[in-house]
Amino acid sequence: MSIDIETARRVAHLARIRVDEADLPALAGELSGILTFMEQLNEVDVEGVEPMTSVTPMRLKRRQDVVTDGDMQDKVLANAPDAREGFFAVPKVVE
Amino acid sequence: MNANELTIAEARDALAKGELSVVDLTMACLTAIDAGTPLNAFVHLTPEIALDQARAADARRGEGAGALNGIPLGIKDLFCTRGVASQAASNILKGFKPEYESTVTSKLFEAGAVMLGKLNMDEFAMGSSNETSCYGDAVNPWKVDDRKLTPGGSSGGSAAAVAADLCLGATGTDTGGSIRQPAAFTGIVGIKPTYGRVSRWGIVAFASSLDQAGPMTKTVRDAAILLGAMAGHDPKDSTSADIPVPDFEAALTGDIRGKKIGIPREYRMEGMPAEIEALWAKGREMLADAGAEIVDISLPHTKYALPAYYVIAPAEASSNLARYDGVRYGHRAKLGQGDGIVDMYEKTRAEGFGKEVQRRVMIGTYVLSAGFYDAYYNRARKVRALIKRDFDQVFAEGIDAILTPATPSSAFGLGEMAHADPVEMYLNDVFTVTVNLAGLPGISVPVGLDAKGLPLGLQLIGRPWDEAGLLNHAHVLEQAAGFVEKPRKWW
Repeated sequence: MSIDIETARRVAHLARIRVDEADLPALAGELSGILTFMEQLNEVDVEGVEPMTSVTPMRLKRRQDVVTDGDMQDKVLANAPDAREGFFAVPKVVE
Repeated sequence: MNANELTIAEARDALAKGELSVVDLTMACLTAIDAGTPLNAFVHLTPEIALDQARAADARRGEGAGALNGIPLGIKDLFCTRGVASQAASNILKGFKPEYESTVTSKLFEAGAVMLGKLNMDEFAMGSSNETSCYGDAVNPWKVDDRKLTPGGSSGGSAAAVAADLCLGATGTDTGGSIRQPAAFTGIVGIKPTYGRVSRWGIVAFASSLDQAGPMTKTVRDAAILLGAMAGHDPKDSTSADIPVPDFEAALTGDIRGKKIGIPREYRMEGMPAEIEALWAKGREMLADAGAEIVDISLPHTKYALPAYYVIAPAEASSNLARYDGVRYGHRAKLGQGDGIVDMYEKTRAEGFGKEVQRRVMIGTYVLSAGFYDAYYNRARKVRALIKRDFDQVFAEGIDAILTPATPSSAFGLGEMAHADPVEMYLNDVFTVTVNLAGLPGISVPVGLDAKGLPLGLQLIGRPWDEAGLLNHAHVLEQAAGFVEKPRKWW
């Protein structure tokens, strides 16, 4: 499977990573190379095999659905690049 | 001998006997770190925290003190440490100082450990040479000509710091070999525990079904001591196993008579250097001489482990790294007039993520995208089930541990792989990645030097949850190999 420039552009956008137009051909080539490597997996007979979902057969623990912490707005916002009036601030989303 | 050159076990005994104070031990490490600047192993130093903890540890000495009381450690930058920069060697987390402490570092501090600082690594633990770090390359203390060598990756700073005696031990994390490969490249011991043995809470996530933290130390005994303090159930990590943690150090009996050691034929790779082959044969002999039975085994799906890993790990990474959006923490790109929120995401992530991280996030995005999910991701998860089944079968047939090479070569020069295909770099993980896919414990033990004079390691793979048995096998191998070489100090 080879990735063309259009697909590379689409994947970069899906991943929300800005890629310069001039860098797209090289990116497409690299991604194609990695995908070719992955294609070895097509040699394996996986008929009837369940996809692995956990490494040990272990039931995930349940916990009480209760509030265990909170009331720490200052800590939550402490690392924000832009926080105002107790909120995260971002560029205008709705016109 | 300077105090920083002690092993954890030696320092513990010297502290208990009152021959040494924690403050003196900590100062010896800080001095060594200062002199070790050319290794670029420590990237954030915390001398004030270290000395505060050292004084507190001195006050606690004696009966009832924790298992690591007064032991100075380095912490991989992937662990969140309260109030101390924790940026996974990425520019996207520049300036991030967590408001909380990871479970592992909390447990280490409860056991009395002293934190010297944060250690270099590959960005988001994605790399095998420590060359993707935003802090620049960590450098291997081992050197045989004028080239600077890689300490391996992703836990390259941890490996370099322990090998150069800048600290007594370090934490690492291992998603595809990131503890074991750098341990092998620097002549130290590194164990990746069974998935679920050590809590992942507060460790920056790379691939959540594969990530596992573990100790990197000078000896197997130290690995047993440090793992004992790191391990244990944590309600904050839903995949953490609620089973008792045995006394790993007490398991080091040195007796492996009658144990069955599997030698997987599929690990004899085409083009494998003769030195690696010879080292592997030597390891087999050492274990046989100790009374173990050597058995040829087959793990037929081995060759598909790397391609399966390079589907699953990037897929999980693309999901985990979606949180770096310039909103809640870390870097946000400077925006132009009229830039909207999508521009903010795209510019922030383009500036903040390095090339290898971008590549893996995009590969992961692609294999999870509509139309390709079944062809790549689900197929890889099915192959993963087969790889695990291979191991289950040999363990069911009575194999106690499996012996393999740790790496396909000794340490290579920094920059030497710069123009290589990304896939060539991925081949470094060929012997280690199966263990992560199957969730098993694996340990790298230094066994000898190659013709150039660089360390080589062997890997032992254990049954799930049998770190105790695995460490005992590793202890026997370590004793038989008698590896005592240290890097010649050039820095």
